[in-house]
Amino acid sequence: MRRRAANSVVAMEIVPLGDSALIVRVGDSLGAVLKTLQKLEAASLPGVTEIAPAFASVAVFFESPKKLERGLACVDTALRRRTRSVKGAVKPRLVEVPVCYESAFGLDLEIVAEHCGLSPNDVVTRHAAARYDVRCVGFTPGFPFLGGLPAKLATPRREKPRALVPAGAVGIGGAQTGIYPLPSPGGWNIIGRTPLQLFDVAREPAALLRAGDRVRFVAVTREEFEAWDG
Amino acid sequence: MGRITVLRAGPLTTVQDLGRPGQRALGVSGGGALDLCAAQVVNLLVGNPGDSALLEVALGGMRLRFEDARRVAWCGGDFEVRVAETTIPAGRPSVVRPGEELIVRGARSGCRAWLAVSGGIDAPAVLGSRSTDLRGHFGGYLGRALQDGDELSLGKAGAPPGEDVRVASWGALPEWALTVIPTPILRVVRGSEWEMFDRESRHAFLETAFKVGAQADRMGARLEGAVLTRKKKRELLSEAVAPGTVQVANDGQPILLLGDCQTIGGYPKIAHVITVDLAPAAQLQPNDTVRFEEVMPAVAAALFAERENDLQKFCVGLNLRYS
Repeated sequence: MRRRAANSVVAMEIVPLGDSALIVRVGDSLGAVLKTLQKLEAASLPGVTEIAPAFASVAVFFESPKKLERGLACVDTALRRRTRSVKGAVKPRLVEVPVCYESAFGLDLEIVAEHCGLSPNDVVTRHAAARYDVRCVGFTPGFPFLGGLPAKLATPRREKPRALVPAGAVGIGGAQTGIYPLPSPGGWNIIGRTPLQLFDVAREPAALLRAGDRVRFVAVTREEFEAWDG
Repeated sequence: MGRITVLRAGPLTTVQDLGRPGQRALGVSGGGALDLCAAQVVNLLVGNPGDSALLEVALGGMRLRFEDARRVAWCGGDFEVRVAETTIPAGRPSVVRPGEELIVRGARSGCRAWLAVSGGIDAPAVLGSRSTDLRGHFGGYLGRALQDGDELSLGKAGAPPGEDVRVASWGALPEWALTVIPTPILRVVRGSEWEMFDRESRHAFLETAFKVGAQADRMGARLEGAVLTRKKKRELLSEAVAPGTVQVANDGQPILLLGDCQTIGGYPKIAHVITVDLAPAAQLQPNDTVRFEEVMPAVAAALFAERENDLQKFCVGLNLRYS
């Protein structure tokens, strides 16, 4: 059931995910993922219940195994279609995320600093100076995986995950950085906390960030954090 | 509007429906009743639309008191369910009268049951579903499992149940009523990383039994057995996983994912349990034994179509009965 598109620049591969879904693998590029996502959404494929991006792929879920059987060909056709500009293509948004990196919140800042051979202040400066892309949202509701962490700041996950990481915690896990939207167990090194609510079911959309968004962290003081409204 | 008082909640009783599709891009899993077929069947048995909110009971130990007369039905594991002094068999619509209690005792086999009440559980829809998302703490009853003393509001029920007969003389097919299969053989289709496993591991996966480990919940079950190894160890980029996905952790042990599983995962996917076999998979509990058998995708599709067709006929029949 593996199919490779013959004439695309990046080798594309369609693989089944169980009996009612498939994954379109497009290579580790945010641009390729977003383009594929938009093409599939624009195609309004019959029997599709949802389409969700990951790092290097887009998953398409169908109502039933029969719909998947028919959908395989439709997905292939939709992706081969040459489109100059996809209608309704979303311009990336830039979202500023305030972060308090002070010691009360930056639980593992010292560990990260030591591992990187930097001072805690340097870690903060470099983390806040970089620009990030939301590669995908997953793990827990609203958890953004961000690409763009300066290589110097990459730090392996904690040997023992924390049983409870507070909501809003900003962490570094390997070469990635992300934000815990909800209190949950977690193994990433926590370097700060944002007062923003990353996930709120009363809001539309519930998740603050979506794949393709650009993110900038802005360092704030404890006082600013406490006084943050919303 | 009627209410149910939860006198004893049991270890993990949650409000569920057919799940929350369309939210994966936000990291929200589909969730819903772990056995979507059973959930539809019990709803139809009491005259509800198939997607009404109901209770998923794990391991029993539940006691409810009803404020008004309701029709009830349950399916799933081999539980003992009683109203007043009467045993309510699985898959048979029954009547609970005002002030009466319904008791679900521990299961002789299996671990989950679905209990529908005419009118449905009246919980607000969150992101398009009344299912409880335990990790996200939203949906269902206040985003959590039920606790002793909770009061559940019920929706408006149709025609009031007849007062004379406690248990209907008709019901669901026996295989829909009791869905436990002891030492089940779950049918699978190949996963996208099937070929990456060495021959011995692929053979062991299909030919040897696995034990369900201590970690088994609505997200999935860790299995213990033959160590499954890949020809080459290579880090994979996280991509979508789904209920039924069997991924293999770094220690070579498989994890069978269920309805509340996370939306993406980075472990290799050796296989996927086909949709119709998620019903027996939902009954697995620690120390149970499970085996896997490969089928072609066309078989998975035919079995699903057959079940949908049966459900459709069942629905038409019950609509006639309750109209």
